[in-house]
Amino acid sequence: MPEVDVRLERVTKEFGDTVAVDDLSVDITEGEFFSMLGPSGCGKTTTLRMIGGFEDPTYGTVYLGGRDVTDDPPYRRDVNTVFQSYALFPHLNVFDNVAFGLRRKKVGKEEIQRRVQEVMHLVDLRGFGERKPGQMSGGQQQRVALARALVNSPKVLLLDEPLGALDLKLRKQMQLELKRIQQEVGITFIYVTHDQEEAMTMSDRLAVMRRGRIEQLGEPEEVYDNPATEFVAGFLGASNLLDGEIGSHQDGITTIKLSTGSTVLVPSDRMPPDVETQVKVGVRPEKITIRNDSEDLPAGYNSVSGLLRVATYIGVSHQYKIDGPGGTELTVYVQNLGAVTPPAPGEKVSLAWRPEHTFVVKPSASLSEEEEEE
Amino acid sequence: MSTVTEAPVAPAAATERPPARGTRRRWTYFVLPIYSAGVVLYLLIPIAVMILYSFNQSRSHLPQVTFNWQGFTTQWYKEWNQVPGLTPAFFLSLRLGISATLISTVIGTLLALALVRYRFVGKGVGEQVLFLNIAAPEIVLGSSLLGFFITINLSTGFVTLLISHVMFSVAYVAITVRARLSVFDPMLEQAAQDLGATPWATFRKVTLPLIAPGIMAGALMAFALSIDDFVTSNFVSGNVLTFPLWVYGAVKVGIPPQVFVLGTFIFSVGVLIAIMTLVNQGRRARQLAKPAKPARAG
Repeated sequence: MPEVDVRLERVTKEFGDTVAVDDLSVDITEGEFFSMLGPSGCGKTTTLRMIGGFEDPTYGTVYLGGRDVTDDPPYRRDVNTVFQSYALFPHLNVFDNVAFGLRRKKVGKEEIQRRVQEVMHLVDLRGFGERKPGQMSGGQQQRVALARALVNSPKVLLLDEPLGALDLKLRKQMQLELKRIQQEVGITFIYVTHDQEEAMTMSDRLAVMRRGRIEQLGEPEEVYDNPATEFVAGFLGASNLLDGEIGSHQDGITTIKLSTGSTVLVPSDRMPPDVETQVKVGVRPEKITIRNDSEDLPAGYNSVSGLLRVATYIGVSHQYKIDGPGGTELTVYVQNLGAVTPPAPGEKVSLAWRPEHTFVVKPSASLSEEEEEE
Repeated sequence: MSTVTEAPVAPAAATERPPARGTRRRWTYFVLPIYSAGVVLYLLIPIAVMILYSFNQSRSHLPQVTFNWQGFTTQWYKEWNQVPGLTPAFFLSLRLGISATLISTVIGTLLALALVRYRFVGKGVGEQVLFLNIAAPEIVLGSSLLGFFITINLSTGFVTLLISHVMFSVAYVAITVRARLSVFDPMLEQAAQDLGATPWATFRKVTLPLIAPGIMAGALMAFALSIDDFVTSNFVSGNVLTFPLWVYGAVKVGIPPQVFVLGTFIFSVGVLIAIMTLVNQGRRARQLAKPAKPARAG
């Protein structure tokens, strides 16, 4: 049984009238790569800052390694943070930046030398010790920030959107790098991001947050393939949602009547327990096969028909926007195998997918505009 | 991907350069430099006169500054401390200046920290008072300070001079340090605390080194204000004489050339500090300008 490293127990943080974090409880186990994912203002950074000790919870308790640290200042907590802005000390060179934490702990000179060299090697920054942070590129500064935190071998490393300032290519590279480093040093990473792809690439588990609460917590596959709410379905990549009503249950299969009259089959064990009759039925764009309306459907597939409106070719795949039943817009990704002639805009098409790729969520009250923009 | 089209081979004639254009130098080009030189000259002439006449010979029985050129001498530099009363006044001013600078730098820096970092009742008023303090005529400050000292029955002398000098320097220090603090990223202090630094260690290792240039500038200003203050000092000095007060008193009977020597000395120290600052800044700028090695992949 892995030990619980960080425990938040019914933590609330209020800033004046606004509730940034709302009665949040979570256990993060030792050695885990845990991500908090959500749109800006969802409370993910505030939660991280409460673990680091930079914000005091209004209610609730923070435990680190089983010890209540709620009232401990940051310098007495065995966690280190990689800040979004890196916050490197501009007056110190890279070596002194990295050695800062060890010097505060009165570690011996030789050991400092050794550990700093070690961690500089780990983040691939050997030979940069004499540089000032201002003389380095964004990616290099990011590595210094990481090294400065890691060198202290903290119990938990907190990362607040550390890759946000890097360009796409460097970001992808650093995602893999971070994952490698985390596996190499084996300490718990708590990672805050608004980028769902980033969270899914790296995390062992992730929590999708909204309005100060966790909407869903689980492994990336689980959260992606079985979103618990309409918000999660929409936040983690494109999703196609259709309004429906629960019909009959029979032989482990639930039939859902769409508002347009056609039916969709879902294995009953994929039905969320707390739904009422009105539901939303969803399927991920890459799970759908698209075919000409006249062709026959494979047996046992769910299907809807629609009008192909936009076809986008992006090399690795074709992406289609389809006007589906009831005025919904559906998205389909088809891998570019090059074998068949792709359908063209204006054609009537039918979309088919397997029942076990269908997910069902409760319709949530309308999402606010800012959240949909994210 | 993009289509590559070959550029047509240029005909040989095209490699010749077009005719050179004459450089355009109209008379307006020289207006600003000449104007700047004029202003600099205007600012430097009094100092140049002081330095020049500190080397002037004097034939009168009681040596005093004359503005007829009598010949070059370094006599006054050798005899810089031979004027009774002047040397003690000069050292008193140095002592006063250094003490006032130290005290007002500490108070002013702490004040700036409080004004930038915290919200508290009276913060707005505090900021207004700083500017009022600078804007108020010295004659007002001096006379009211004297009244105050008399009221609380504090006999005037070095202590009252020190109190007054600290009072008018604090605002300058606070404002310079505040300017430096307002561009200071508070995240740096959080980072230090995150790395295990106590609040005191954070201040010593991160905040202080980063606002040091502001503190230095404030301290220099405080010293400059104190060393040559006349108006306020004249009210609160009692029977103690500072350098400016002594010089003022000597004007009636003639200024000994040693005053110019000491003036030149103070000026030289100022120039030295300015040069050091420039060199330091230049070195730092060059360091930052050094091109970073390209990031290694991996």
